[in-house]
Amino acid sequence: MLFVAPVVLILGVFLLLPILMALWVSLTGWNGQGSPFTGDVPFVGTDNYTRLFTEDGLARQDFMTSIRNNLYFVLLVVPAQTALALALALVIDKRMLKGKVFFRTAFYFPSVTSSVAISVVFLFMFANSGAVNSLLGAFGIDGPQWFADSRGVVHVLLGAVGVDTAPAAHDSVGPFGLTWWDWLSGPSVAMCAIIALVIWTTSGTFMLMFLAALQNLPKQLDEASLIDGANRWQHLRYVTLPQLRPTFFLVLTLGLIGTWQVFDQIYVMSQGNPAKTTLTPAFLSYRTAFREFEYGSGAAISFVLFLIIVAMTLFQRWILRERRPS
Amino acid sequence: MIRRTALAAVAAGALLASTACGGGFDDSADAGQQTGPASLQILIASSGQAETKAVQDAAADWASSSGNTATVTPAQDIAQQLGQAFAGDSAPDVFYVDAFRFADYAKVGALEPYGDKLSNPDDFYQSLRTPFTYDGKFYCAPKDFSTLALQINTDLWTKAGLSDGDVPTTWDQLTAVSQKIKSAGIVPLALGDTRDRIGAFMVQAGGWIISPDGKQATADTPENLQALQYVQSLLKQGLAQYPKQLDAGWSGEAFGKGKTAMTIEGNWIKGALQADYPNIKYTVHPLPAGPKAQGTLSFTQCWGISAKSRYKDQAIKFVEAMTTVDQQMTAAKAFGVMPSRQSASAQYIQLFPADKPFIDGAAYAHGPVNAPKMDSVLGDFDTGLQGLANGDPKALLARVQKNTESVLGQ
Repeated sequence: MLFVAPVVLILGVFLLLPILMALWVSLTGWNGQGSPFTGDVPFVGTDNYTRLFTEDGLARQDFMTSIRNNLYFVLLVVPAQTALALALALVIDKRMLKGKVFFRTAFYFPSVTSSVAISVVFLFMFANSGAVNSLLGAFGIDGPQWFADSRGVVHVLLGAVGVDTAPAAHDSVGPFGLTWWDWLSGPSVAMCAIIALVIWTTSGTFMLMFLAALQNLPKQLDEASLIDGANRWQHLRYVTLPQLRPTFFLVLTLGLIGTWQVFDQIYVMSQGNPAKTTLTPAFLSYRTAFREFEYGSGAAISFVLFLIIVAMTLFQRWILRERRPS
Repeated sequence: MIRRTALAAVAAGALLASTACGGGFDDSADAGQQTGPASLQILIASSGQAETKAVQDAAADWASSSGNTATVTPAQDIAQQLGQAFAGDSAPDVFYVDAFRFADYAKVGALEPYGDKLSNPDDFYQSLRTPFTYDGKFYCAPKDFSTLALQINTDLWTKAGLSDGDVPTTWDQLTAVSQKIKSAGIVPLALGDTRDRIGAFMVQAGGWIISPDGKQATADTPENLQALQYVQSLLKQGLAQYPKQLDAGWSGEAFGKGKTAMTIEGNWIKGALQADYPNIKYTVHPLPAGPKAQGTLSFTQCWGISAKSRYKDQAIKFVEAMTTVDQQMTAAKAFGVMPSRQSASAQYIQLFPADKPFIDGAAYAHGPVNAPKMDSVLGDFDTGLQGLANGDPKALLARVQKNTESVLGQ
């Protein structure tokens, strides 16, 4: 009891208390002047939350747009970074590979570099006349104006087959005030550049986790499967991967949390532009609070984001649960 | 069980203790004013090294002659730094306030309304006082200002067979010369794709997004519709292009590269062209008048004084010293801004005769939207303007009207 007291104290003061304070702020109309804990601050109950979901207005529109953007971001980034990390780890784990240390460092490098610095480098690479478009140009492809292009990729693909505007059925208002056409736009071209950046930077970290797990696997199982005549694919599918389940859980969970909270890349690269297609809930929360002085609304957004992350993590835990043969 | 209860008690105690420590959060309603030598914290959103140095020098001069101290800090991101400082009760005494942010600060009571305590406040241009007036009170002194005007590339102009007499003064003439330029195979006009450029057409048509007192939404008026339809016609015929279409970050870049014959930008284009495209030859003219009147937009910042400052008197004296005609002329020479006092205009035009159209614009310029919480609404409007060429101006204005009403109604 005495020995855990310092930790409890520190967690209480630096974790629990700020969370409770933020929860209180999300129930008020605090404007950022002085203390939010005086009688002068208007208590608005759940207004800040209902405005995000039920009232037809700009607040809900922006919030739902940010949810849509982030949903596509998560759907693309999490599987891609997990697959890439696993692939890199499997390559490095091969005992035959020469220069293992070099490759391990090279793959891990983006993860230890400051995300702001990398974002700026990517801004140059994806500029209209930058490296990416020059490379595309070498193959005769006229690259898009990456960070100015707000078209969703699904819309772009549909445009390629001649569908430029919403079919009548899809123009109707979908859930939460956005039209189905907007919900189903896919990530914008600008968002795709950020997605590429995030996959590249984070896969190094997760590669390291997979690598640690791979090197811990018992060799006897490898040998046993070889003796049983498993080919490489069967070996990977039925021996290696099942043993990596806990690592998958870790990587997916960290990936989900990280991608729902994406902020610094957005802040540095796009500030939510073009046409709000890179707006994410984390950035929206910041903007609402510190730019528009709607601290209550900003705090409410971050709590909704928190609930989304918890729900997603629980869902994924349920998917990856150990299925015992009955 | 006992252990767990004890643990909970410790946790609760920790919470209580830290709430008690939270005394620092308390609002001391009117912080005691200090007289005598002050140490002023000044936060500026500097345009560059030249401005930082000029302000630091001026502040040092004021400090040594008045027996105070003044620390000038250039901000990285002034909106964020001020937001945090206000929330943490540690705001600087004096800071730049951009006109489009002003109403947000004034509404939450962060600013001291001192404007009328300065000497000769009527000397500031009326079009610069309005953006810094909230609820009928003139809050803070405009530091300097910029207006939009029409820049014409001399070489491309003559190449299209046009002469000095063809400089457009009305919308019809603008369309006519643009068609001529286009038929010569040159892009006529580079136009920024935000309200800060296209809004000038709304002013020329006699409209604006909100009423002058900042209380009513006036977005979906026939005047605004006329303006957007005119701009849309320019875009559709290829007479005007957005910078992005010209592979440029802003109109000045496209203009500097000689891609367009005309552009509409503010006096900052002077420095930018000088630095990046020193060989370009151009002239500056007032914007063509619309169906109602001449119109342009003004952009300005003021010297805000924190409502919680302990040195308000000294801060006002500091601002007074910063807004004298002499000091404004010094700033104009150092980093190319236009003085906000009318009594300095003659001196300024004498020194920079080419800037006359910009200075003259102050007489008929419209300031930024001066109502709180409009940031997201206007951002949404800009998004709509980016798609104006293929959009429906009427629906766009209706959307702005609806959003503005809901923000102002709160």
